[in-house]
This record gives sequence, C-alpha cells and structure tokens, in this order.
Amino acid sequence: MDLAFTPEEQKFADDVRTFVRANLPADVRDKVKNGKHLGRDDYMRWQQALGKKGWLVYTWPKKHGGPGFTPAERYIFENICAEEYAPGIIPFGTKMVGPVIYTFGSEEQKAKYLPAIRESTVWWCQGYSEPGSGSDLASLRTKADKEGDHYIVNGSKTWNTMGHWADWIFCLVRTDSKSKPQEGISFLLIDMKTPGITVKPIIMADGGHEVNEVFFDNVSVPAANLVGKENEGWTCAKFLLANERLGIAAVPQSKRGVEALKDIARIEQDNGRPLIENQSFAEKIADLEIQVTALEYTELRVLSAMAHGGQPGPEVSGLKIRGSEIQQRITELTMEAVGEYSAPYLPGLLWQGTNEAPVGPEYAHLAAPRYFNTRKTTIYGGSNEIQKGIISKMVLGL
Amino acid sequence: MDLSLSDEQKQLQEQAERFVRDKYAFDARRKIAATDRGWLPENWAQFAELGWLGMSLSEEDGGYGGGPIETMIVMEQFGKGLVLEPFLPTVVLGGGMIARAGTAAQKEALLAPMIEGKKQFALAWLERQSRYNLADVSLKATKEGAGWSLSGQKGVVYNAASADQIIVLARTAGSARESKGLTLFIVDGKAKGLSRRDYPTQDSLRASELTFDKVSVGADAVLGKVDEGFGVVEDGVDRAIVALCAEATGCMDAINAATLEYIKTRKQFGVPIGKFQVLQHRMVDCFTNAQEARSMTLMASLKIDDKDPVVRAKAASGAKVQIGKSGKFCGQSAVQMHGGMGVTDELSVSHYFKRLTMIDLMFGNQQHHLTRYSNLAMAA
Repeated sequence: MDLAFTPEEQKFADDVRTFVRANLPADVRDKVKNGKHLGRDDYMRWQQALGKKGWLVYTWPKKHGGPGFTPAERYIFENICAEEYAPGIIPFGTKMVGPVIYTFGSEEQKAKYLPAIRESTVWWCQGYSEPGSGSDLASLRTKADKEGDHYIVNGSKTWNTMGHWADWIFCLVRTDSKSKPQEGISFLLIDMKTPGITVKPIIMADGGHEVNEVFFDNVSVPAANLVGKENEGWTCAKFLLANERLGIAAVPQSKRGVEALKDIARIEQDNGRPLIENQSFAEKIADLEIQVTALEYTELRVLSAMAHGGQPGPEVSGLKIRGSEIQQRITELTMEAVGEYSAPYLPGLLWQGTNEAPVGPEYAHLAAPRYFNTRKTTIYGGSNEIQKGIISKMVLGL
Repeated sequence: MDLSLSDEQKQLQEQAERFVRDKYAFDARRKIAATDRGWLPENWAQFAELGWLGMSLSEEDGGYGGGPIETMIVMEQFGKGLVLEPFLPTVVLGGGMIARAGTAAQKEALLAPMIEGKKQFALAWLERQSRYNLADVSLKATKEGAGWSLSGQKGVVYNAASADQIIVLARTAGSARESKGLTLFIVDGKAKGLSRRDYPTQDSLRASELTFDKVSVGADAVLGKVDEGFGVVEDGVDRAIVALCAEATGCMDAINAATLEYIKTRKQFGVPIGKFQVLQHRMVDCFTNAQEARSMTLMASLKIDDKDPVVRAKAASGAKVQIGKSGKFCGQSAVQMHGGMGVTDELSVSHYFKRLTMIDLMFGNQQHHLTRYSNLAMAA
C-alpha cells in the first residue's frame, strides 16, 4: 500500500500539467478562475485542444479511441485539470452517449458518431426527463412511432442542459406503450436541426439560462438512429447512469472550491480580523475539508479496487450523495463568508461579462447565485432520495 | 499509488478475522469481560504466537517490520469482535512509544518480553482537570539523588491493573499546561507508593485511578529526554488515535450489519420494518457514514508515518473527527432502529454503541479534534 506516485505516474502528472498550461486558452482559464460563466466557444476551444491530444475522452478504452488511462492516471488527469482551472468537460458526448454507442451501437454508428465526440466537433445534449417523469423516469411518454424506415417522435423533454448549444440530442422514447414501463423504451439519436424541434429556455433561480424544455412535433428520425434494439433502451439508460457515477463526486472541483473559500475568508473581515481567524467559521471550513478528504479517499479506494480488476463496489453509490452535499456546503459557506454583500444582483456582470462595476469585491456577486444554482446537485442525475432508494435495494437488499 | 493490501496483509486480515470468529462470539466475550482480569491470558499468548505483538515494530527493535497498516488491519477486526485484550495500551501506545523514544537498554528490557507476550503496559497521562489537553499535567516528579520521586494523581488509566510497567507523564519543570517541562517515566506497576483504585469501564474494559505517593524511580526510568516528553506523548497518542479509528470502523461495520439484519426480519404492520423508506434511508446513511470512517482511517494510517509532524497530526485529528461523527450516527441509529431491544444488555448492539461512544471521548472527542485540525490548518 503506497500513497506516493510511481515515477511513471509522476512523469504523467508533469506531462498533463505541461499540456494544460500550454493549451488551455488564457481567457478561458481566467473565466474559470474568477467563477465567470463560459460560452459554447469557451468550452469548445478547450475540448478541441484535448481532442487533438486524444485526452478528451479520457475515460474511454483504447479500442474505442480513448487513451486507456489507468485509474491512477484518471485521478491525476482530473486533479491537474481542476488545479489549473480548466473548465469541466461537458459529459453528454464524452461520458454519456459515447460509451452507450461504443457498447450498444452498430459499426456504422460507431464510425459516424465516435470521431466527432472524441474531437469535440459535435455538441450533444440529453433528453431524459419529461414534465411528468422526473424521479420516475420509466414513466416517460414521449413516443416514437415507426413509419417505414423512420420514427415519428412526439412529446417533450425537460431539464435539458445546454440544449440551446447542441447539435444532437440522445433521447429515451416510448416505442411500446402496452408492456411494462421499462420494457417499451428505446434509445434514439436525433439531429437538433430536424424540423419540428423547438427549444424553449427555462430560467433558473439565479437568473441564468442553462436548461431548456425541448418539444418534438412530428419529428421524423431515421430508424438507423436507434441505438441497440427497439424496446431495450432501458438497458442503455441504466448503463449510462452507472457509467456516470464515477467522477460525479466532483472531488477535484470541491478541493478547488474549498481553497477559493479560504481565500475569500482571508480577505473578508470580522471584528477587524480576517474571517478565517474566527474560530467558529474556521471550524466550519475544517469540517468541510475533512468531508472532502473522506470523499477523496473513498473514491481512491474505488479506483484502487478497479485497478486490480475489481468492479466498483457498493461504496461508489454513496459518492454522488456525499459529493453533491459537499458541493452545496461549499457554496453555502462561501455565501456566509461574503455576508450581506451577497445581496447585490448584477446580471450584466454575471451573465454577459460586461464591464459593469462590481459592488464590493468581484467574487461577492457570484456567491448567492452559486448557492441558489447548486441546490440542483442533490436533485439532478437521480435525486439523492432516489440514490438512497437504489443503495437500499441494490446494496443493502432491503 | 496503490491502496490495495499485499498478500501478507491479506493473510493477516484473514488471521484476525478467524481469531474473532473463533474466540469472540458475543457470549464468549461476555464471559471474558466477567473474568478478574477482563481479558484472557490464552488469547494474549495466541497474539504473541501469531506475531501480532511485534508486527508493527521494526526488525531492529525485534519486531517484524510492519507498520500502521498492519495495526489498522488487526484493530479493525478487534472492533468487529469488541476484543478486550489490551492491545492498544500495551502494543500501540506502550510498545510504540518505547520503540520511538526508548534507550537501547529500555528496548531490550521491555520490547522483547512484550513481543513474547510477557509484558503489558499502560499510559497514565490524564488527570482530573486535564480534559483533552495532554499538557495539563500536575503530577510532579522531583529530583531525588540520581533518580526521581513522583507524587500526584492520574485517572482513567486503561490496563493499569494488568500492566507490568506504567508510562507516566509527569511535570518536571514549567507551569500548569505548559508543554515544555513534561517528562515520561517508566514506572513498575507494583512500585512502592503507587496505589490503585480499579474499576470496569462502560464498554467492559478495565481502568484505574492511580495515586503516586513519593514513588521513587532511577534516572534510567526516564523515557526520552527530561522536560521534553510532550512531543513523545503527543505523537504516541496520535498513533493510538489512528489505531482506535480502525477499531471504530470495525465496530461500525458490525453494528450496521446487525441493524440491517434486524430490520430485514423484525415485522410490524405486517411487513419487515426495512420496507419502510424512512428506515431504508437512515440505513443508507449509516452505510455511507461507515464508508467515510473507513476512508479516513485509511488516509490516517497512510499518513501517520509522514515526516511532517503537522501532516501526521492533521491526519489523526481529521480521522478522529470523522470517527466521532460516524460512530455517533451509526450507534444512535442502530439503537433507534432496534427499538426497545436496542437499549437492552441482551443484544450486542448496545455494546457496540457503548464502545463507539467511549471511543469518541478517548484522546479528545469530535469537537476537540475539529478545533485542533482547524488550528493546525491555520498554522500550515
């Protein structure tokens, strides 16, 4: 048992850091560092740089064009990207639909879709939730009726993240309404330019537009876009969710978040002293740091088991729950640190990056929107209550 | 980076599992707790035979060259069985401190017999007023010829009655609560002028109140350097904390397993109570808490040999905070989910609960270590 990196791992870490420093556009780095919102082009420039290096799909095995990283390399790569203020990689192509296509797709589909995901020339989005189907995903009703060599899709999807920037959407659709809910679902790839698709923004509590409702009105989709077998889409859906669990803990991002919180607490004043010297606040940060460490070592234990050929054990199921709670706690304490200067709402500065002068320090106006927005983490990707239901059934056998 | 156990470590784990399975069924433990000593000499002899008493000491010190991971492996199984033999005070605290601070003569006289199972130790640091401050020591040692004379009180000294030697933290200089001016003495358990009041603890261990009335020791009884005992005891206690965290992890696994089994079988309203979502989610939280405890114990076991003392101290305190939090959650939840049966002596659940509760209090509770961690992080 050894915490230290091997010489090879150390060399890899140096290579990653050198690469990120040379290839991450400076303006994108600054935006991430200062907590500003990124545009489509910001993400694309970074992802395409990673794509050229072959590292964008860093979780993929070699035979599908990934780098085939060991678990330790994955850990190193994620941590260094976060430390160097690289934007998070958009997961819809790289971590969601890509692995579904290389696992369940035809050779034609692999040839058609995978290169564009690896190189980030196509932006994917997800069509899972519906207005009537949230936690009970299998109750979805968007239907796809076969007509000749096409499916005609009607219905609507919601909580569609960044769909307004997307070229393609992967959808769960109902192809059989007579059998059990899980058995009549298919996994369909749809070009967002197809006539009949309407994207309508949903404005969130922080005033931002990151999610949408997507409407399908007699949208004609080639039958060749079906992944896997008709009515067996639930298998793809479950595979995707399981594949998504690792990394969802966002440990590197949370480590970065705790450091940013400490920086703020060193600047903010409390009775003439830096807030970080206030014992009760310092202990809240200490408690948070311990939570992050526990999460990090849980993830390391999982990675280590996988490196020795094991499958992710039951401990992986708790990662999403604790990871999301910790992300929320960081934003909560950051807002607490900023205090009443969290109140000014400056949409121009927040959303358009205009030259509007901040009120108080620049970080202040971000604190409350972050806090409001991050309430989503315990809700999305299967709410934490749903996660507990899964663990209780699958792990504890209750 | 590799966090998996070696083949030898896996064997050790199986060995310890087997010991607990064979010797520590719940009824057997009850019988051991009721004996005069509160532990079984034959079990101690078996520890010696299996090499556990020397496994974490270096080969130079007559040990087998293991370290904190070996201690973690064994302590975790001890936690599962609520093992009563005084491994922590003798091997982790006493043996460890002698190995790190002792002279060649002290090591020869004490470590070899300890490894063979022929000597046991205790650490006497706490006093009535100390709470969790290791430096709050008023028991005095004054020069007496070439040696020293010790007078004062020590409290809640685990294993004092069975200990052949008691390591005593005494004030040789400085004022109350000053970390400078503390000295460790190795005192014979039967020394003249040393009297004990022995008692069982809430969790079926044995401890004593000690009174030192002009107890004379030679100059060779000093462990480490005169006036500089604080660093030795702080480091020794941090290592004991990490071992204790492993024990707590084992306790949590066992209490969670017992609770899970109970809510699957206990029926109310015509169904097993584990069918109720409110209990399912609480059970999941217990499970997650135990996972976090295991992760922090592993982290601390990997870092407790770090060359930076701040890293070591933060690792121990961070793990102790987690153990306090998780232990309380798992313990209280287990009792609650067992209903009335959870507060009876009959089931093992109350015994695990009691041990987890005492572990939180030992060497500083969750709040104490949160403050310590926070101060260490600030200083770094």
